[in-house]
Amino acid sequence: MEVLLALAIGVLAASGVWLILRPRTFQVVMGLTLLSYAVNLFIFSTGSLVIDRPPILREGLPPTLEHYTDPLPQSLVLTAIVIGFATTALFLVVLMASRGLSGTDHVDGDPDP
Amino acid sequence: MNDPVHSLALMPIVLPLVSAAILLAIGDKRRWLRSLVNILATLAGLAIAVLLLRAVDEGRIIVYLASNWAAPFGIVLVVDRLSALMLLMVGLLAAGAAVYAEAGWARAGAYFHPLFQIHLLGLNGAFLTGDLFNLFVFFEVLLAASYGLQLHGSGWTRVRSGMHYLAANLLASLMFLVGLAILYGIVGTLNMADLAQKLAAVPEHDRGLLHVGTAILAIAFLVKAAIWPLNAWLVPAYAAAAAPVAALFVLMTKMGVYALVRLWTLIYSAEAGVSAYFGSGVLVAGGLVTLAFGAFGLLASIRLERIAAASILVSSGTLLAALGLDSVALGGAALYYLASATLAGGALFLLVELAKRTSIEGGAQPALVEDVVDEDDNLDDQQLPLVGRAVPVPVAMLGLAFIACALLVAGLPPLWGFLAKLALMRAAVDAAAGVPIAAWSLVVLLLLSSLFATATLVRAGIRHFWSKGGRIAPRIKAAESIAVVFLLLACVLLTVFAEPALRYADRTAASLQAPQAYVDAVLGSRARLGQIEDLPAVAP
Repeated sequence: MEVLLALAIGVLAASGVWLILRPRTFQVVMGLTLLSYAVNLFIFSTGSLVIDRPPILREGLPPTLEHYTDPLPQSLVLTAIVIGFATTALFLVVLMASRGLSGTDHVDGDPDP
Repeated sequence: MNDPVHSLALMPIVLPLVSAAILLAIGDKRRWLRSLVNILATLAGLAIAVLLLRAVDEGRIIVYLASNWAAPFGIVLVVDRLSALMLLMVGLLAAGAAVYAEAGWARAGAYFHPLFQIHLLGLNGAFLTGDLFNLFVFFEVLLAASYGLQLHGSGWTRVRSGMHYLAANLLASLMFLVGLAILYGIVGTLNMADLAQKLAAVPEHDRGLLHVGTAILAIAFLVKAAIWPLNAWLVPAYAAAAAPVAALFVLMTKMGVYALVRLWTLIYSAEAGVSAYFGSGVLVAGGLVTLAFGAFGLLASIRLERIAAASILVSSGTLLAALGLDSVALGGAALYYLASATLAGGALFLLVELAKRTSIEGGAQPALVEDVVDEDDNLDDQQLPLVGRAVPVPVAMLGLAFIACALLVAGLPPLWGFLAKLALMRAAVDAAAGVPIAAWSLVVLLLLSSLFATATLVRAGIRHFWSKGGRIAPRIKAAESIAVVFLLLACVLLTVFAEPALRYADRTAASLQAPQAYVDAVLGSRARLGQIEDLPAVAP
């Protein structure tokens, strides 16, 4: 499971970096989105990967990490998703404004690169 | 927790939040009310910062436990000398920018005032928080507001540089998250004081990962602090932003430096064992290169707003190099310089717009000139006498303010900038015994940057004030001159009271070298026990 997740994060991050280096604004947005997926999965994975152990206390089970998963990375990732979503939306607004003002979707506004 | 000062520590966050909400509710018809609320809230923030500074000056550290949760579990707000100093800088600069904005920029687009207050909320929160993830949240709050502010007034140059600025900072935020996640994975806590304490217990085989994590985290801060080569976004974005916004943005680079110094001195202090002072070489080298880059940028800039932006790079580089060298005297001088560079940089950004008005004939009124021309007089290009001409008041005021600003930025006597640079150089020479190359490069580059700043500002001054011969008097509104004079007056006051200010900066640097007091204060604060009331019986 660790290998699969690591591969997924790696593929997402690599595609994200490649897209960010492209000259079109839409590609940059997609790149940033993919990178933030990668980062969110990465944060999630720092709480160690386990199956069938919810982070909610149950009666009869001692409250140690052997019986539960770490709830903190999950809450961190939730906040990071919300913030990432909001900032991407902001970026989209600026992208549209740039498209409207320059008439092209090039990141520097070059008319025909 | 019964001490009212503890509640005061929360006010720099609550006050802008509440005022932003109020400002949103005030309609377009009552513009004067919005302006009034904005200025009053900013001034109240300044007053709170002064109160907090006085409270921590005796050496105490104020810790506010949010929702009464004890330290490593809940989020803490901490006010120590460094935080209080930064809060004061926010208060001073924001007051200047808020007053200046009322001359026109506040009406150039929608929602200027709420964004302004939210930006202050993010800045204050980032300076106060003692929790790494909370720091990320406040970073994002202030960045989100800054994206809006940077685009304020719209136009292609703003949108274009704003897009680059946004992309760079979004990437930096992702780096921040990665670094933070690695740190949490290794140490298992995000409270900065707790991190500092648990770091010694990190096993040997995790050290490498720990260094990688903090390095990634540091990159996020270094992007904000505009270290070379991560600063390509800064000059266009700052030069394009509206004047009061650019002045406010001066604080953002200082916040990057603050976050870096706060975390670095806490985590990699002398007590950190094998990891002590990890990365100081990179900081010093990066700072020196940034300083050199900024200095040459100053010389290469023709437009006044680019000169101002390059001076921000110079101050960032100086701060990083000086703080990275890690001696108490140098740290104290650097913090003193930080205060001077922040206020002078802000004032310069405000002046830029006013000085440019001397070149625009349409926005100006011709000065009154006696029309009698003698044969013997020296005549200028338009056959008007050069001698005996009265300089219009706005030009005189602008010229004086510009001279003061230039002296501050270039670090020439008699103003504050000179004292700060002198203190820096003296400390650097003292530190040269340990790290000769770095310390001497710092001295040389500081002198060089002063020379370049003088040259470029003199050139700009001649172009904007002298070559026009004072013929065109720019229209300057009262709010604009009040704001500039206020900031410059603060600089003059701090020149007069240099000794206590420098002493405060030295004590701050000394407390940064001994982070144990900070750790003890945070982890030692106990949650307040309240009365446990009987819960009402739940009806079946």
